[in-house]
Amino acid sequence: MNILEKLSWSPYVVGAGIGALSWFAFLTGKKPIGITGAFENTAAGLGQRVAPHASGVNAYLAKSEEVPKVDWEWMLAAGVALGSWLSANASGDRHPKRVPDVWANRFGASPKVRDLGAFVGGALMMFGARVAKGCTSGHAISGTQQLAASSWLFSPVMGVTAALVARALFGKGSRRAR
Amino acid sequence: MRVEAPGKLLLGLGTGVAFGTLLQKGRVGKYEVIVDQLLLRDGTVAKVMGTAMVVGAVGVQILVQTGHAALDVKPLRVGSILAGAVLFGSGLAVIGYCPGTTLAAVGEGRRDAIAGVLGMLAGAALFVRAYPTIKPALEAGDRGKVTLPKATRTSPWPWIGGMAAVLGIAVAIGSRR
Repeated sequence: MNILEKLSWSPYVVGAGIGALSWFAFLTGKKPIGITGAFENTAAGLGQRVAPHASGVNAYLAKSEEVPKVDWEWMLAAGVALGSWLSANASGDRHPKRVPDVWANRFGASPKVRDLGAFVGGALMMFGARVAKGCTSGHAISGTQQLAASSWLFSPVMGVTAALVARALFGKGSRRAR
Repeated sequence: MRVEAPGKLLLGLGTGVAFGTLLQKGRVGKYEVIVDQLLLRDGTVAKVMGTAMVVGAVGVQILVQTGHAALDVKPLRVGSILAGAVLFGSGLAVIGYCPGTTLAAVGEGRRDAIAGVLGMLAGAALFVRAYPTIKPALEAGDRGKVTLPKATRTSPWPWIGGMAAVLGIAVAIGSRR
């Protein structure tokens, strides 16, 4: 059986694979794996094209070291969605619940409410990532493995905050979802 | 928009496809798995991340010491790291995916993750809009691109050994349960 047809791999195998992939990224891309920088670049690039005034993009460009670009990291981010699509198709893991159980038990089964939650949560998360200059990939994996002081500060604070907020939101009365 | 050379773009795409495949096979692009980790009901995310950190650390350190790669770390700005981590963690608990796994969830056909990607673009646009104003606060107290070994004038290997030991103990405890 083709390993790609398997529904899942051992988390240790996956972790080792991601570790090895970060060597590859350093060796060939000359960069650590990261995701959210590409979102900042895309937002600035879209701002330039769509609403140069309202987006405040010119003041940003004058002060930031970043330039809107489609680069290695941008393609990496796009590749993640593509790779996951290929993997899910190969194993037939393609029909997730529209609204996950844990969420539905707390906030109801409405897809609109769940999408709104995902939108707001995503916006907050991305703003935080750009304030700290990294995310679960850029700090918690790529940064910790380089022993960066910033990442070893970011990762535990981020993890504990997420656990506390999750507990406050879903801790009581939510069934164990299987 | 500046566009990089095609070879570099293809390399990025290939790296991303491998990353996305690993995330999907690791089940970490699934809302249930991430939120169960946050509620301490499931250890999948910790296992994936812990192994990735240790395996990555060993290889990256060897590449750096043999001159095949250079460290590329984020600056230590305590205020913005703490503020960013708290905002990020709060958002993560609500969306139930991290940025990379949101993209993996989109690939898996999760429609809520598409709303999440749009939200992330909105968050990035908000950051671009706010950046000129908040830049001085973001850069306050910058201690530079400092690593733990550099700050303590130690070799990186005891640190990596410590990480490996913690992972080993966690795996041993986890497998006995």
